[in-house]
Amino acid sequence: MKTSSPMKWFVSREGLYYLGLAALLVIILPLLLDPFRLNMVGKYLTYAFVAIGLVMCWGKAGILSLGQGVFFGLGGYCMAMFLKLEASSPENTAIQSTPGIPDFMDWNQLTALPWFWEPFHSFSFTLLAVIGVPVLLAFVIGLAMFTRRVGGVYFAIITQAIAAVLTILIIGQQGFTGGVNGITDLQTLKGWDIRTDEARTTLYFICVGMLFLCLFVARFVQNSKLGRILVAMNAQETRVRFSGYDVAAFKIFVFCLAAAFAGVGGAMFTLIVGFMSPSFIGIVASIEMVIFCALGGRLSILGAVYGALLVNAAKSGFSESFPELWPFAMGALFIGVVLAFPNGMAGLYQSYVMPLEDKIFKRKKVKATAAAEPQAVKPTVEKADDYDPMIDNYSPEKS
Amino acid sequence: MGTTDTTASGRSFGKGLGFRKSLMTLAASVMLATSAQAATPSTAEVNTTGLAVTDDTVTVGILHSITGTMAISEIGSVQAEKLAIKQINESGGVLGRQIDFVQEDGASDWPTFAEKSRKLLRQDNVAAIFGAWTSASRKAVLPVMEQYNGMLYYPTFYEGLEQSPNVVYTGQEATQQILASLNWAAETKGAKSFYLLGSDYIWPRTSNKIARKHIEDKLGLKVSGEEYYPLGHTQFNSVINKIKLKKPDVIFASVVGGSNVAFYKQMKAAGIDFTDEKPLLLTISVTEDEIRGIGGENVDGIYASMKYFQSLDNANNKEFVAAFKEAYGDDMVIGDVTQAAYLGPWLWKAAVEKAGSFDIDKIREEFAGIEFKKAPEGYVRIHENHHLWSKTRIGQAQTDGQYKVVYETEELMEPDPFPEGYQ
Repeated sequence: MKTSSPMKWFVSREGLYYLGLAALLVIILPLLLDPFRLNMVGKYLTYAFVAIGLVMCWGKAGILSLGQGVFFGLGGYCMAMFLKLEASSPENTAIQSTPGIPDFMDWNQLTALPWFWEPFHSFSFTLLAVIGVPVLLAFVIGLAMFTRRVGGVYFAIITQAIAAVLTILIIGQQGFTGGVNGITDLQTLKGWDIRTDEARTTLYFICVGMLFLCLFVARFVQNSKLGRILVAMNAQETRVRFSGYDVAAFKIFVFCLAAAFAGVGGAMFTLIVGFMSPSFIGIVASIEMVIFCALGGRLSILGAVYGALLVNAAKSGFSESFPELWPFAMGALFIGVVLAFPNGMAGLYQSYVMPLEDKIFKRKKVKATAAAEPQAVKPTVEKADDYDPMIDNYSPEKS
Repeated sequence: MGTTDTTASGRSFGKGLGFRKSLMTLAASVMLATSAQAATPSTAEVNTTGLAVTDDTVTVGILHSITGTMAISEIGSVQAEKLAIKQINESGGVLGRQIDFVQEDGASDWPTFAEKSRKLLRQDNVAAIFGAWTSASRKAVLPVMEQYNGMLYYPTFYEGLEQSPNVVYTGQEATQQILASLNWAAETKGAKSFYLLGSDYIWPRTSNKIARKHIEDKLGLKVSGEEYYPLGHTQFNSVINKIKLKKPDVIFASVVGGSNVAFYKQMKAAGIDFTDEKPLLLTISVTEDEIRGIGGENVDGIYASMKYFQSLDNANNKEFVAAFKEAYGDDMVIGDVTQAAYLGPWLWKAAVEKAGSFDIDKIREEFAGIEFKKAPEGYVRIHENHHLWSKTRIGQAQTDGQYKVVYETEELMEPDPFPEGYQ
């Protein structure tokens, strides 16, 4: 990517993919859909944050985490705690035995706000916590696992166990967490009613903005030397280690990065959906997140976004059309995709659409450049600037 | 109706009957025709808020889990609601309109409930929603109902501590279900000590809180233990040992769902016989539906405190059970919540007709005092706090999976979702 100008990047093939996604999310969908449907798309997009993290962590670096729901949930709960405190003003909760604390605490006979809820009165602390808490947990897990060289299936199982533990903890400590009900009835964000159509639409655009921010961070990482080391590590971990790199540090970094993305997604989810509950952070939810990523293509960050969109849209669509049979339709979709396109939609795109595109794209490009500025063409730089699917989609099976 | 009568009177003219008689017939048919017209007022008049009401139909929503862990419980509610809608349609509909319904699946997932309720209110503009089962799903739906001014008819017995202008609670709240049964255990069975246990979420915890206050403060008796187990827990050996050690007179159980199967089987395997006088097992969570899963032989002799049992001996209930079995098969059982779900569409119809309008705000004004005399549980009436007056009944489980009613309160109990002195 070197020193190319931003303008040039936007007309490169990779840039066009990003522009295409941006056009879809910023122009096409908002024009086509009413606020209700747009809000649902916003919800789907919050899962895309997790899927992007999984592409980095699992697709690139080969660390399969089956506990991404944990980080999604932590981000979401941090945001929900802030919103809940705002919704539990003494006037709003005058009916309770102890006014001024969240309703579920009152039901559970708590008479004072627990200490760890106190900082969530502050919005800036909440914003920090949305990323900080998931990253901190990921760091601790990563440190404990990767420095001991725990990896592969063992790591997957441990992350899954953590998802189970956190769910049980949250459900069990209902006085502090709202238990299985979750944290519900969230109303305003710093006085701004998040339940109106306008607010939901605004939140959708904020979500899209954050998503692109995460996409660019992920893209930056994958194109940097760090990204190449991650891929190398996935293919030949021992060789990377013997070359003098601290493999554990790289793994911890990418795991924390994925956790940060998931945390942001969780916080956006809470804002868009209006509540948080343990059902999004458990084992099933975490595995679903891996499916979003696998369906989109586990090596492509853009594919992950489409994967999250498609799976969730299918889920809503199927369940509305055949309320009694939709789980079977979803199952068929998963099985079909895995059997037919093991590299997900991105793989499908690469093998079928891309060659076609190549024909049209190249012919046009040659003509255009030849006509406009014949002597300015530097083929080698052009090539490096271009989106190289082999690098982006490097997979150990191919080597 | 109007048309039939006009032709009948026309025919009587043709037959040359006496002038006076034909005049009377004519007058009668005119009256009938006008009354039929009054029964189907214009849409503009009964729907000023843009609900899905046409000249012939009105659309309502059914929102339950038909997939996921709650499906086994909620399918009975769906069946009951559909049956009620079908019966209402056959008897002429609501304000002369046939009821159409849109069904959505909450998938045992609380946010899905919220999303689907928003869809029903925003996209389908339904005039009422019948649905939700767990408190978690109700809590998720509640803000949506309040935001878009929908009306939810919620059928499950629950913990109380809630009173929304956008919900009608057709099941019992905690005090209705608990207080009478504890009094009964103390008075009739001479119970002195109680062991409280339940699944670990808000409903059992709140129910036990009310039970403990009542046992200790009002009855002056002893609570010898209180314990909770996570949802889905299947190892009850330690609590069984404690029960054997402490020998309580009553085990007051609010274990829910699949845990019940393990709980009752392990109790039986440990040699605790519920057909003995002591310990007496009093549950507030095992309906006929759950017994199907647990097996009648494992719950033989336990007592349940509910407002409805399938075995209730009254004409309304016999008609209801027969209609339910005709619609869904002879092997169906009907539990407390299923009956409460059946009440929803009927109460809605009564409220709409009393208000003369489908508009939620107008209906809400009319709730207090609305009654349903044909209720399978006997008779119900809506309290101004949106809960139902109802009787509490104690049934003893038989090996065939049915309850035999051994006690019922004489009067309807007043719903009290925010009980003073019990919080």
